[in-house]
Amino acid sequence: MLLGPSLAVSAILFSLGVAGVLLRRNAIVIFMCVELMLNAVNLSFIALAQQLGPQGQVIVFFVMAVAAAEAAVGLAIILAIYRHKQTVDIQNINLLRG
Amino acid sequence: MTEIPEAVRLVWLAAALPLLGFLANGALSLFRPAARRAVTAIGVGTVAAAFAVSVLVAAGLAGSGAHEPVVLTYWSWIPAGDLVLNLAFQVDQLSVVMLLVVTGVGALIHVFSIGYMGEDPGYARYFAYLNLFIFFMLVLVLGSNFPVMFVGWEGVGLCSYLLIGFWFEDKANANAGKKAFIMNRIGDAGFLIAMFLIFRSLGTLEFTEVFRLAPVSFEVGGTLITLITLALFLGCTGKSAQIPLYTWLPDAMAGPTPVSALIHAATMVTAGVYLVARANVLFAMAPISSAVVAGIGALTALFAATIALKQWDIKKVIAYSTVSQLGYMFLGVGVGAYVSGIFHLVTHAFFKALMFLAAGNVIYALHQAYHATHRHEDAQDLRNMGGLHRYMPWTAALMWIGGLANIGLPPFSGFFSKDSILAAAFARGHDAPIFYVFWALGTVGAVFTALYITRLLIYTFHGPNRTGEAERQHLREAPPVMTGPLVILGLGSVFAGVLNLPHVLPAAGWLEHWLEPVTSLGAVFLPEFHLTAGTEWGLLALATAIAVAGIAAAWRLLKPEALVPARQAVPERGIERVLANKYYVDEIYDALIVRPLIWFSERVLWRTVDALLIDGVAVNGMARLTRLFGWIGSRLQTGQVGTYVVLFVLGTLVLLRVMAG
Amino acid sequence: MAGLLEGMGYQTWVLDALLVIPIAGAAVVMLRPEKESKWIALWVTLAEFAASMGMWWSFDPQAGMQFQVVRPWIADWGIFYRLGVDGISLFMVLLTTFTMPLAVLGSWNYIERRERAYYALMLLLTTGMIGVFVALDLFLFYVFWELMLIPMYFIIGVWGGEQRLYAAIKFFIYTFLGSLLMLVAILVAYYLVGRATGEYSFAYDHLLRNAGYLRPAAFWLFAAFALAFAIKVPVFPFHTWLPDAHVEAPTAGSVILAGILLKMGTYGFLRFALPLFPEVALSPSVATLVVVLAIVGIVYGALVAMVQPDFKKLIAYSSVSHLGFVMLGIWALTEQSVQGAIIVMINHGISTGALFFLAGMLYERRHTRAIAEFGGLARVMPGFAAVLTVVALSSIGLPGTNGFVGEFLVLLGTFRTHPIAAAVATTGVIFAAAYLLWALQRVLFESLSKEENRHLPDLSRREVLVLAPLLAMIVWIGVYPAPFLRRIEPATQALITEVRGAASSSAAALLQEASDGN
Repeated sequence: MLLGPSLAVSAILFSLGVAGVLLRRNAIVIFMCVELMLNAVNLSFIALAQQLGPQGQVIVFFVMAVAAAEAAVGLAIILAIYRHKQTVDIQNINLLRG
Repeated sequence: MTEIPEAVRLVWLAAALPLLGFLANGALSLFRPAARRAVTAIGVGTVAAAFAVSVLVAAGLAGSGAHEPVVLTYWSWIPAGDLVLNLAFQVDQLSVVMLLVVTGVGALIHVFSIGYMGEDPGYARYFAYLNLFIFFMLVLVLGSNFPVMFVGWEGVGLCSYLLIGFWFEDKANANAGKKAFIMNRIGDAGFLIAMFLIFRSLGTLEFTEVFRLAPVSFEVGGTLITLITLALFLGCTGKSAQIPLYTWLPDAMAGPTPVSALIHAATMVTAGVYLVARANVLFAMAPISSAVVAGIGALTALFAATIALKQWDIKKVIAYSTVSQLGYMFLGVGVGAYVSGIFHLVTHAFFKALMFLAAGNVIYALHQAYHATHRHEDAQDLRNMGGLHRYMPWTAALMWIGGLANIGLPPFSGFFSKDSILAAAFARGHDAPIFYVFWALGTVGAVFTALYITRLLIYTFHGPNRTGEAERQHLREAPPVMTGPLVILGLGSVFAGVLNLPHVLPAAGWLEHWLEPVTSLGAVFLPEFHLTAGTEWGLLALATAIAVAGIAAAWRLLKPEALVPARQAVPERGIERVLANKYYVDEIYDALIVRPLIWFSERVLWRTVDALLIDGVAVNGMARLTRLFGWIGSRLQTGQVGTYVVLFVLGTLVLLRVMAG
Repeated sequence: MAGLLEGMGYQTWVLDALLVIPIAGAAVVMLRPEKESKWIALWVTLAEFAASMGMWWSFDPQAGMQFQVVRPWIADWGIFYRLGVDGISLFMVLLTTFTMPLAVLGSWNYIERRERAYYALMLLLTTGMIGVFVALDLFLFYVFWELMLIPMYFIIGVWGGEQRLYAAIKFFIYTFLGSLLMLVAILVAYYLVGRATGEYSFAYDHLLRNAGYLRPAAFWLFAAFALAFAIKVPVFPFHTWLPDAHVEAPTAGSVILAGILLKMGTYGFLRFALPLFPEVALSPSVATLVVVLAIVGIVYGALVAMVQPDFKKLIAYSSVSHLGFVMLGIWALTEQSVQGAIIVMINHGISTGALFFLAGMLYERRHTRAIAEFGGLARVMPGFAAVLTVVALSSIGLPGTNGFVGEFLVLLGTFRTHPIAAAVATTGVIFAAAYLLWALQRVLFESLSKEENRHLPDLSRREVLVLAPLLAMIVWIGVYPAPFLRRIEPATQALITEVRGAASSSAAALLQEASDGN
């Protein structure tokens, strides 16, 4: 496999994810962007695992498991917020204000 | 070491019986306050039994002819390091005299109380306290070391507190009790410091050890021994109501009258005299302290006598008289005439208890009379009395006996004891002229004594009656249970003088001889008292002349006919007013000490130092400061997740840049 | 008795048992229905007391540290589960186990909400307190020190009076500030000694043996320990958490605070601050400072107590005064004064505990603590009046009660080394009489002016049950304290020789260094 292109794709995906998180307002979309970032990292793990040994692949499984758990919790939180506020626009959510 | 007589071993019983009485009566007062018969039997029975035991102990000691004190150790009380402190009693000639006075007079007053307190709802509680008092008083006189004595010393103060405030619903009574306790505590601090000084320098607190070591360890007239004795004397001024701590005693008259007789005349207040006599070797080694004792005593004797001249409350007159007589006792022990001091203590116990109980009869009669007609008048005011000898002849006669003994008219007991004190002071004047001054103070005090006692007796028993028309028919003599003890005290007041007759008379100095084993310790350091027979006769004649002149002057000058009942009386003016208000000493103490202290504690210490400075500025100030920083930090928290993410990404980029180098 | 106990192997399991019983009890309380909570707590604390009582007999005064238990905990870091008891801690443990059943009984009707949590916390607190007194590993000590803080925080914060949150947070932060500094000091001591000896261990005797290596940092270490303990005692001017916490805590909380928690401060001085850093503790400036603060505490506490309108606050300030005597006695460092200080610690637990119980009983009846709201109660509640009088007298230090024995020994001993200080402290005796008798008068005596007070019931049987043991102790220690002193004496003697010896030898060493330098 080609290491360079793989890492490039990964970087692009990751940047897209960051940009999405920064620019979008819809919590669901932000959430999907976070997933995108995770998968970008997964991709680079896989790519590097070819050279550095199988630990990277193990980590990917770990990340996927965490991502699944996180998706469950995160979606639940978003759902709870939606029920509470009737919106998932993060501009309107400032529960954390000091 | 001679064999301890079996009878002397019984001494613990004398103390244990009243303690048992207290426990039993205390329980009764909580659970069966109405069981008066049981209370009486226990209360009076235990003290009477204690008196019987005391007689046995005294006989045992006299029979053994022991010169050394008998120390009976019961258990190890506070052993700590090199401090060996046993709970032990010491039976010697001095403690036996006190033992007999306390249980004897105590038993009589218990009997009297059956009548006097008969209708009080707190009957059981009263006898419980009285029993407890006898117990502590016996611990005081029997303790074989300073701390055990101190147990009794503070214990009697406690009982005094409880009994002064016996009718606690009246705020004045509760105040008087508290005042007595706190003033005693001031003295007790002196007692404590004296104990610390003794322990620091001698390593023991046992009487026998201290008195054995003191002559070899201390320098006569040295700073240390002077400090010790002055601190001890501070304790005495509290307990025995001497200047400057005397003001509690007149207020203590708020208690029931038998209590005034027992605690505030016959026994507890003489504890200070007992202490000085007990520690006579220490005081003899400290001439300055002894002079202070004598000086304070003489001053108090005169000062209190002047106040007594213008009091209207019958008990207050006797109370100031007690303060004054205690002053004489201190004059006696201060000049080194320890036997005279104790002698006066004994005779005073008789005649002053008699005076108080007789006054109790008068108050009781007036109280009953006013109660019968439902009038609220002061049953203790002399202006509401007058002519009572017609209604209560026994009481009148007995109170006259007590009064004459108090004045010091021969051949009543007070004559001999007071004279022996003044003679001793006069004799000391030969070496140190300051004692002539003390003698003169005491002699002038004797003049006033004759005046105020005669005034008291005339206003109470002679002239027209001022109690009230309707009340007059209700005035009657007290029941036998109350007059009976008075008769015995009357006999004592008349004849107790034979205990220690002056040297110029036959059979002289019996008490002196008896107390010799105790007083010989200090005698080594004292100059020989020497008076020629002529001087001694002269002093006796002078004392007699003063007494007679005083009585005669009072009889001539005072006009009981001119008195009006208390309610219609006009306030005094000028010096009379100052005397009637006791030189405003209470007011001065209040303004100079009590109020500033409370103001300081509340305004400065509590509100300013505690609440404002420590808590407000330092503690909560710190909290406020923390909150301020927190508030500043919290302004960064907009609550917009987007902002956080932007910051986060920027931060990451910066970090990456830095790490990439 | 001692033989029988030995046959049971008592020495080997008692301290474990004392720590485990309450925790296990707390677990049971959590599992069982709410209405059984107080009964379980009562039985558990009674069992705890019974288990601890054996120590009275099987304790050998001459044997130093005993009932020792050593088990590895985090052995790699030299952290062990080390327990032991000597003459100093023996009565602190017994006081704790003695107080707890009474505290449970005293909470019986007072606590009406969340009983289960309350009693579980009480039991947890017991373990924490016992642990503080028996831990011989500084890390373990610290763990227990914090462990007892948390239940107390909740007890004040949840079941307290109106200002409970303020009081609870103040209590927590104040104590925590001190204890964190202490943790730092413990760690520094651990590294200093470890580096010097090559053996990294938190064991008390290891640190004590090698206390010489602490000398470079001794002043700051001492300061950190001393601050933690001084806050706990509390030494003036670190006392302001105490009135708030005492007043707001529920009755049993106040009793435990006064009776046991405050003793941890003075115990800490005796056990750690003094033996580990004798040369600092006894250096003239530090010693003078402590003695002066102790005296200020005695007089200041008494004077401020005198003007308090709130009964519980009055008792709280009187604690400041009493603990001043303890500090004075410890620093005078004579046999009488140190023994006296320990006796005062016991006495204060008993007398002040009893006073708080009595104040709580009034509060349960009238829901107020203001002294002015009472008056004349001796007429309607004679039993209560009798008990309150006896307890107040014991707190005043009337001879024949426990209070006298302690104060007398402290002052007598202190007078030998610091006569002026002792003389000033003696005036505290006068003020004590002033504030307590005044309070007594306003509560019990004078006329029954308030209509609400006319029909107050006298002590109930349960209340008598709470107070009777305390009264018995007041009289016992007052009349026959010898059994207590006998058990305390050897340990205090050892402490004094050790501290005095170490202080003088290190002073000599310092002199040596100074002369070498020249």
